[in-house]
Amino acid sequence: MDRLPRWADVALVPFVSLTLAAIISALVIIAIGQDPWEAITVMVQGSVMNAYGWGYTLYYATSFIFTGLAVTVAFHAGLFNIGGEGQAQLGGLGVAMALLFIPWPHWTIALAAAACGAALFGAAWAAIPAYLQAKRGSHIVITTIMFNYIAASLMIFMLVDVLRPPGKMDPATANFPEAAHLPSFNEIPGLNLIFTSGVPANVTFFIALAMAVVVWALLWRTRLGYQIRAFGKSEPAARYAGINPTRIIMIAMLISGGLAGLMAINNVMGEAERLLGNSASGAGFIGIAVALMGRNHPVGVVLAALLFGFLFQGGAELGLWTKIPIELRTVVQGLVILFTGALDMMVRMILIRIFAVFRGRKLEAA
Amino acid sequence: MMDYATLLQLLDSTLRLATPLLLACLAGLYSERAGVFDIGLEGKMLVAAMCAGAVAFYTGNAWVGALAGIAGSLIFALIHGVTSITFRGNQLIAGVALNFLASGMTVLVAQSLFGQGGRTPPLEGAARFNPIELPFAEALSGVPLLGPLYSDVISGHSILVYAAFAIVALTWWVLYRTRYGLRLRAVGENPAAVDTAGVSVVGLRFSAVMVTGVLCGLAGAYMATALQAGFGKEMTAGRGYIALAALIFAKWRPVQAMYACLLFGFFQALALRPDVVQAVVQVKVPVPFLDALPYILTVLVLAGFVGKAIPPRAGGEPYVKER
Repeated sequence: MDRLPRWADVALVPFVSLTLAAIISALVIIAIGQDPWEAITVMVQGSVMNAYGWGYTLYYATSFIFTGLAVTVAFHAGLFNIGGEGQAQLGGLGVAMALLFIPWPHWTIALAAAACGAALFGAAWAAIPAYLQAKRGSHIVITTIMFNYIAASLMIFMLVDVLRPPGKMDPATANFPEAAHLPSFNEIPGLNLIFTSGVPANVTFFIALAMAVVVWALLWRTRLGYQIRAFGKSEPAARYAGINPTRIIMIAMLISGGLAGLMAINNVMGEAERLLGNSASGAGFIGIAVALMGRNHPVGVVLAALLFGFLFQGGAELGLWTKIPIELRTVVQGLVILFTGALDMMVRMILIRIFAVFRGRKLEAA
Repeated sequence: MMDYATLLQLLDSTLRLATPLLLACLAGLYSERAGVFDIGLEGKMLVAAMCAGAVAFYTGNAWVGALAGIAGSLIFALIHGVTSITFRGNQLIAGVALNFLASGMTVLVAQSLFGQGGRTPPLEGAARFNPIELPFAEALSGVPLLGPLYSDVISGHSILVYAAFAIVALTWWVLYRTRYGLRLRAVGENPAAVDTAGVSVVGLRFSAVMVTGVLCGLAGAYMATALQAGFGKEMTAGRGYIALAALIFAKWRPVQAMYACLLFGFFQALALRPDVVQAVVQVKVPVPFLDALPYILTVLVLAGFVGKAIPPRAGGEPYVKER
């Protein structure tokens, strides 16, 4: 007996990992002389107990769904894309390019253009590491890390030397035209009955949900998805079955980069309405935690993204109302990645032992 | 063109900036040569910098601070070891996790200790590693050309700078001239063979990961108590990744690692002096381009355009005995 029942594999393992991460976070809070109960109360109060809090939680979750899906698609092809951060920043550049120079008549058309720009730029930024992995055997993890830093430098250059309007001091583009404004939840008929004050969550949330469905359909209902998963499970077997490795690596990474880039329609177009420095603000990295916690399934990714949205909004509230620094959320993020990603085996081994004990008893009883 | 004095200044800051890269790069060399990929160099450095900065402030002694930095880094190295060797977890994911953990924890701890927005208080006097005047630096400074090079560039650094370069030689010797080094290289290439020879794969890899912890500790301590006067939030600023880049650039060899770190340190020094760059190449070079150069070069190396970089064969693979 060394396998877990399916329900335990799907639900119990992430739950135990999450509990372990939460316990250690609580210990950290106690260690710095604060009250974990107060912390969780403030976090819940500020993020899910009122519409205003939800408006932020869902806004963050939207970004994390995109980046989480990005990491998920790459994972299924056996590729660890750490470059989501850089790809999301480039996505922001794509949005800016699509919106700054063309006067779109309506936000729907502007959104379509911006989404194309974001996905295109994000995918392009993933294309070089993908090509190098496929053709030259360079490790995708290292190249995508390098591309994050190159992206950061490129964005500083673009914002300071190229896109900054003359006479302005801060490194940012001009504001996007009024017509490109995306409806926030408080401006959508029906939803505005719940969200009465201005919130950053916007229509992009529904696009993120739609992308989760698309990714699910792609991975489990198409020939390409089957090939991607087959390649990720075993490269030699996939090769033997006539699957072209170069093609799969390229396509998986382009989709992954495109999804990470798409995040920019939420934060750059939907919220800031201009391109600022460090626009992705870590969401690309959170995608790693979200994908690991969501067990690389779109449903799990959406749920994990909501949880991280809560963590992000709640963490910001902590910084405002308590003495606990906002950086606590980085600690939790690290712990979640550690337990759900790297210590997965440990959690499993513990659970398998426990299950074995229970089965033993059942056998004795029989 | 640039005059000799400016060049000496540049070389001087190159040495200062290359040192943390070199220590972290050598740190990564031990771990990766033993077959454990470590993208958590950045996090270990950061933790070490915070511990060193805080303890040096309390004790007023840079040496005690450095020991604390090493201890902090070792704790993280231990987590990395337990995760990726004992529990055979994904080494890359473990590294990513530790980097985030370090990024958050350092601010939390520094804030709760000092309440200065996640910084440690400024260090002065014996709480820092101060510059050392090498023998005859003053007397030889009058010698044309070589005199200033000795007195301005080579002399006048903290002890950790000289230690870093000594560790290059030591690492070369350990790696290529000792039994431990032979086994270390073997366990990164073919752990099964090492196991068959009756040497513990787990023990060897753990020892390598611990050495990585010690060296990252020194790198972090240097950041907080020598290069700068205290710990600041995210003060390593990607140096762990540049060190990783240097390690690949050097194809996992110690002496070449030193050259790579000096080169990347030189780029960092240039990025601080865009005026000099502009005077030399006659074109305005954007500073972000200079910042990105180490990463661009590493990608080129990875792509095999500047000689192929082949990592240790068993790198990234947990060793399973039964197989």
